[in-house]
Amino acid sequence: MSKLLEVKDLKVSFNTYNGEVQAVRGVTFDLNKGETLAIVGESGSGKSVTSMALMQLLPKPHGYVKSGEILFEGEDIVKKSTRDMQKIRGKDISMVFQDPMSSLNPTMKIGNQIMEGLIKHQNMNRTNARKKAVELLELVGIPHPETRLNQYPHQFSGGMRQRVVVAIALACNPKILIADEPTTALDVTIQAQILELMKDIQKETDSAIIFITHDLGVVANVADRVAVMYAGKIVEIGTTDDIFYNAKHPYTWGLLGSMPTLDSDEEELFAIPGSPPDLLNPPKGDAFAPRNEFALEIDTVMEPPMFKVSDTHYAATWLLHEDAPKIEPPESVQRRMQGFSNTGSKDGEK
Amino acid sequence: MSQEKLLEVKNLKKHFKAGRHRTITAVDGVTFDIFKGETFGLVGESGCGKSTTGRTIIRLYEATEGEVKFKGEDVHGKKSKNELLKFNRKMQMIFQDPSSSLNPRMTVMDIIAEGIDVHNLAKNDKERKARVEELLEVVGLNKEHATRFPHEFSGGQRQRIGIARALAVEPDFIIADEPISALDVSIQAQVVNLLKQLQKERGLTYLFIAHDLSMVKYISDRIGVMYFGNMVELADADELYHNPIHPYTKSLLSAIPLPDPNYERSRRRVAYDPTVHDTSEQPEFREVRPRHWVRCTSKEFEQYKKEANK
Ligand SMILES: Nc1ncnc2c1ncn2[C@@H]1O[C@H](COP(=O)(O)OP(=O)(O)OP(=O)(O)O)[C@@H](O)[C@H]1O
Ligand SMILES: Nc1ncnc2c1ncn2[C@@H]1O[C@H](COP(=O)(O)OP(=O)(O)OP(=O)(O)O)[C@@H](O)[C@H]1O
Ligand SMILES: [Mg+2]
Ligand SMILES: [Mg+2]
Repeated sequence: MSKLLEVKDLKVSFNTYNGEVQAVRGVTFDLNKGETLAIVGESGSGKSVTSMALMQLLPKPHGYVKSGEILFEGEDIVKKSTRDMQKIRGKDISMVFQDPMSSLNPTMKIGNQIMEGLIKHQNMNRTNARKKAVELLELVGIPHPETRLNQYPHQFSGGMRQRVVVAIALACNPKILIADEPTTALDVTIQAQILELMKDIQKETDSAIIFITHDLGVVANVADRVAVMYAGKIVEIGTTDDIFYNAKHPYTWGLLGSMPTLDSDEEELFAIPGSPPDLLNPPKGDAFAPRNEFALEIDTVMEPPMFKVSDTHYAATWLLHEDAPKIEPPESVQRRMQGFSNTGSKDGEK
Repeated sequence: MSQEKLLEVKNLKKHFKAGRHRTITAVDGVTFDIFKGETFGLVGESGCGKSTTGRTIIRLYEATEGEVKFKGEDVHGKKSKNELLKFNRKMQMIFQDPSSSLNPRMTVMDIIAEGIDVHNLAKNDKERKARVEELLEVVGLNKEHATRFPHEFSGGQRQRIGIARALAVEPDFIIADEPISALDVSIQAQVVNLLKQLQKERGLTYLFIAHDLSMVKYISDRIGVMYFGNMVELADADELYHNPIHPYTKSLLSAIPLPDPNYERSRRRVAYDPTVHDTSEQPEFREVRPRHWVRCTSKEFEQYKKEANK
C-alpha cells in the first residue's frame, strides 16, 4: 500500500478572547490509497478541526497550524500557497461537511453546483460537464437526473440533498474524500444507502476516505482503520478489528461500553463520567486521567507516549508500560469486544 | 410492570393543512395503550409522524379524530381550566433539542421552577429554592448550577436541566421526543441511565421517541413501529427485534449498524418494497401472537400468524 497522506505531529490552535485554544495537540497518522480511516471521539475532541487543517480551511487568521506537517503525496500542504491549495481542494482532496444544508447554495440550481467544479478543475466544456453531472446524480441514486439538474436544493428531501453533496465531492474523482459526519442527520435506511454508495464508488476509483463520526456502528461498517481522538490527540489507532475486538485505551473502552448491545438486559450502560478538559488550559499528564477509573499515579505527571501493541495497533496509555499493573477491561466491555451481535438479532444475515 | 393502562390511544388522527387544497396526513389512525411503569418506544423513519403523535397526545396539537384517555379520563374532551391544569401536571414532555427548549435569558433556577410556580407547588421562596436544588441533585447537577444560564452548560447537562424541569411538577408520564439524538454516545449513556434510574425510583411511565434503534431497544419494554402515519407493528422489545414480522420492520432492523466489524461485513440490508402487500382490503391492526400486533389484511394475517409462531 502506498502512503497518500502523512500527518506528522500536527498542532492547531485558535486565538480567542480568552487565550489560545489548543484544539489539536499533536496528531500523527498515515492514510493509504484506497483505504477508509475513521476518526471517532466525543464532541470537541478535534475531529473537524483536524480535517479543516487538511483542507487548509481553518478560519484565518485566528485559526492556524501551530506546528507539524501534512504531507500529501510527499509535499507539505501547510506550506502551499492559497492558489496551489485551491487547485488541490475539490480536485485531489474534497470534503463533505458536517452540515449538508450549509454547503449547498440555496439560490443556485443543483446542476450548476455540480458542474462548477468540473468546469473549473477538469477544464470541461458545459456540454460535457452536464453529461457528467447527469451520470453523477445517477450514481448517487437520484431518479430522473435530467429534470433534477434544473431544480433548487429546497426541492430535494434531506437525504437527497446529502447525496447531492456526496456527488459534488466525488465529481473530480478525488484521491482523498473527507466526510465529516455525513450521515448523522439521516435515519438508518438512508444512512445505509449513502454508506453503500460511498463504498461502491471507492471500489471503482480507489480513492481514500477519512470518515468522521461518533457512531461506532457506522465505523464498524465503513472503516478499515480507526483513530480514536481525545482532547486534541489520537489516543488509540489500529485496524477496525484491533479497535473493536482488542481495544487497549480506557477511553476506547468507555466508548464501546456506552453503546447498548441488542440483547442487553444490562441494568446500566457504562457512561464515561465527568466532562472533557478545557483546551484553553490542557491538563498536565494524561488528559483523560481525571475521568479514568484505571488512572495510574504517573498519569497526573507525565503524558503517555504511543505504545506499540502490534504492527497495526498503537495506544497512548501508561497501562501498556511493562511496569504497569495488568488491568483487564470492565466485564461489560469485554463482552462487547466479543461481538455485539453474538446473541443479538441476526436478521440482517437471514 | 403492571397491566394497568395509563394511556389509551384510539384511532388517533392528526392532519395538517398545507396550502388551500392539500392536507398532510401526519398521523392516520394509530391505536395503542401504554401500561403504568413501562417505557413505550416509538420508532420509524423521519417524517413518519412520531413527534406529531407525541405532541397530539399531550395536546400541543388538537387531534383531528380519535381518542386519548389518561387514567381512564378523556384527554381531548371538554375540560375546565382546573382540570386542564391538573392534567398538564401529570404529563410532561422532554424535547429533542435541549438548547432551543430552554429560555436563554432565564437562570436554571427559574427554568426548573416554572412549573412549580404555575401549579403553586411551593409555599414560599425558601421551599421553591430547596425543591430546585433537590431536583438538580436528582439529575446529577449541583446547587451551584442554579444561578447559571443555559449557554454555560454542555449538551448533556442541558438535557439534564430539561429533565429536571419536567420532573419538577411530579408527573406520572413523560413523553421524551428524541432526548438523546443531539448528544454523543458517551453522553447519551449518561442521560439514558438517568431516565432509567428515575423510572425505578419514581415509577414513571415513558413514551420514548427515537431513531436510534439500539438505544430504543435498550430502554423500551415495548416498541411501536410507525410508517407513513400508521403503526405497522407493536410488540415487546425482544420479540420485535428477534421476531419481526412486518416487512417494513424487517427492513428497518436490517439497517441498524452495530459496532461489530464481523457482523457488519456479513450484514445484508433488506429494502422495503411496499408493493408486496395484499391490497384486496384495508389493512387492520391484528394480533399475530399474544402481545404482538401487525397491521395487515386478513389474508396477510394468516401468513403472518404462521411466520410469527414458527
Ligand atoms: N473557530 C473556533 N474558535 C475557537 N475554538 C474553536 C473554533 N473551532 C473549534 N474550536 C474548538 O476546537 C475544539 C475542537 O473542535 P472540533 O470542531 O474539531 O470538535 P469535533 O471533534 O469535530 O466535535 P463534534 O463531534 O461536536 O463535531 C473544541 O474545543 C472547539 O471549541
Ligand atoms: N406543524 C406542522 N404543520 C404542518 N405539517 C407538519 C407539522 N408538524 C409536522 N408536520 C408534517 O407531518 C409529518 C410528520 O412529521 P413528524 O414531525 O411527526 O415526523 P417524525 O416522525 O417526528 O420525524 P423526525 O424523525 O424527522 O422527527 C411530516 O410530513 C411533517 O412535515
Ligand atoms: Mg465536528
Ligand atoms: Mg420528530
